[in-house]
Amino acid sequence: MRNTTKIAIGIAAIAIIVGAIASYIYLSQSGQQLGPATLNGAGATFPQPFLNATITKYTRDIRTNLQINYQAVGSGQGISSLTTKVVDFAASDAPLSASQRQNAPNALHIPETIGAVTLAYKIPSIPSGLNLTGEVIAKIYLGNITNWNDAEIQNLNAGMILPDHAIYTVHRSDSSGTTRIFTTYLSSVSSSWASHVGSGTSVQWIGGVGANGNAAVASTVSQTPYAIGYVELAYALQTAMTVASVKNPAGNYIVPSLASTTTAVQSGASGGLPAGDQDWGSVSLLNTPAAQAYPIVSFTYLLVYRELNVTSGMDKTKATQLVQFLWYVVHDGQQLAPALEYATLPSNVVQIDETSIESITYNGEHLPTS
Amino acid sequence: MIKLTADNAFKILTAIIAASAAIILTINAYTLTGGSMPVLQRFGAYFFTGTTWNPIEGREMFGALPYVLGTLVTSAIALLIGVPLSLGIAIFLAEMAPKTLKVPISYLVELLAAVPSVIYGLWGLFVLRFWMQNYIETPLSTYLSWIPIFSGTPFGLDILTGGVILAIMIIPTVASVSREVIDAVPDSIREGAYSIGATKWEVITHWVLSYGRSGIFGAAILGLGRAVGETMAVTMVIGNAIGPSAMPTSLFKPGQTMSSLIANGFLESTTPIEKSAYIGVGLILLLLSLLINIAAHLMVTRVLKIKGGAVE
Repeated sequence: MRNTTKIAIGIAAIAIIVGAIASYIYLSQSGQQLGPATLNGAGATFPQPFLNATITKYTRDIRTNLQINYQAVGSGQGISSLTTKVVDFAASDAPLSASQRQNAPNALHIPETIGAVTLAYKIPSIPSGLNLTGEVIAKIYLGNITNWNDAEIQNLNAGMILPDHAIYTVHRSDSSGTTRIFTTYLSSVSSSWASHVGSGTSVQWIGGVGANGNAAVASTVSQTPYAIGYVELAYALQTAMTVASVKNPAGNYIVPSLASTTTAVQSGASGGLPAGDQDWGSVSLLNTPAAQAYPIVSFTYLLVYRELNVTSGMDKTKATQLVQFLWYVVHDGQQLAPALEYATLPSNVVQIDETSIESITYNGEHLPTS
Repeated sequence: MIKLTADNAFKILTAIIAASAAIILTINAYTLTGGSMPVLQRFGAYFFTGTTWNPIEGREMFGALPYVLGTLVTSAIALLIGVPLSLGIAIFLAEMAPKTLKVPISYLVELLAAVPSVIYGLWGLFVLRFWMQNYIETPLSTYLSWIPIFSGTPFGLDILTGGVILAIMIIPTVASVSREVIDAVPDSIREGAYSIGATKWEVITHWVLSYGRSGIFGAAILGLGRAVGETMAVTMVIGNAIGPSAMPTSLFKPGQTMSSLIANGFLESTTPIEKSAYIGVGLILLLLSLLINIAAHLMVTRVLKIKGGAVE
């Protein structure tokens, strides 16, 4: 009697253990069966509409037990949150600098979407069609060209009657990735700009009016006759602003659009991109050689550690959820981009992202991407 | 040994709550001083007298002078415009308004103080800016541009508009405190003045205002305190210039105040030294606000003492 009880208990115990292992293997293989998790991210404001849309779609339709919080606190704050390991992922318009890479060793750059900067203007007599070059834009912002009918602007716009009126320049007063892209572009085309002002998320402007945020720049330009300002492409398209065509290295004046932005990325990435964990500081989508490429274009990145166990509060379920979310962002999530006026990633960039995401580990173990 | 009765417990509790004010201020000052150490050590006096503000890594230079001056100039404009208007309101309410008007108008004036500053900012950005540009700045610039402070192209987003927005925002504070001060002037003063044949104008200007002058001065300083610290509305209309171009040399130039500078740049500051520079500006702002509030407090308590001994 005693022995049979013991045997029965033993069999039951073995059955429970085997069942638990089997269900554990089953659960960890199927993404749908992953345990619930909460992911926290922080960073750039520019990709926020796109990220919010992908997060909403993903957590509502695909992974209902996942909660993702994204705080748009700015690229700089996002990177410092990643460095102090209080967030699971960060988003930044700028790649990590050399010192930032030292502080966040083995952080991966995952290009998530693409930013382009447009020159929006308001000239009552010219509803559209203004052509500009990088040199002229730099001179306008340096204060070397102060009038709309300046010969240098006239030369680019033969036959257009430009008004004899002072140019009001508008810039971002807050620190922003848009400013970084714009000033990096100006530094690349104008040595005078590079030495007098330089490039960064905020710079010392020579003059002009500063406005806080894309929305404020856009409203200031659209309400002020004879003003020019730079705004993010997505914002310019959504608010139907008048934007200038900018001359690219091929010599064509290109209207900023999703198509001309994607062309620039394809062209810029065709020469090869660094692996996710390498230095992206030198990656440039500015002035790409393709004939129809818009010249002022840049990636915006998701940043995540390659070995996730360094992040506080990480466990395997959470790590797997994160990897699968990243996978979604660069694949199906891209379909949400055009409706929000963001350019989709070209396939060669998606491939690099795939390699980066597949290299992510938790305690040295690779994680299933779907 | 103190017995822990409910009474004593209540005493201790309130003491702790009261002490929290002092503790918070001390922590603030300590954090700001500590945080601004890197920039003060690296740039020393230049931080107070310099005009360059370059946050680009490798080219860092931080001088806060344009923003200190910008704060002082916009606040001065606010006082120049706001105090006379507020005094007019206060005199009307305290001395002339019939009872049926006095209460609703006082209430409305105080209600102005409850409007969030971002609302003033939006109104400034979408409405006031164009009034300023079209009806005030353009005529001034056309006829008086030979005076340096009226030089430049009027744009509407500049130091003058910033000052005018601030003037509107300090009116409720200055007007209601001034009204209290005028109300506190003993009737014996007025009766005495009338009895020697003074007109209403003379009574108000020679006796009432002169009797309450330190209180009215205190009210103006309270308004100045609000003007110095105001952020959102100013940021939206002042034009947010940076570096040497932010020096307030003309009323029609975009400028920057200390609080708008911090609001614009602090959140996304990238390098430790840049962050420290913003904290340093915060420290200057805190010191300036403290000085102003201490001055106001001294002035207002003086007039309240007079009120207390109104039999004199």
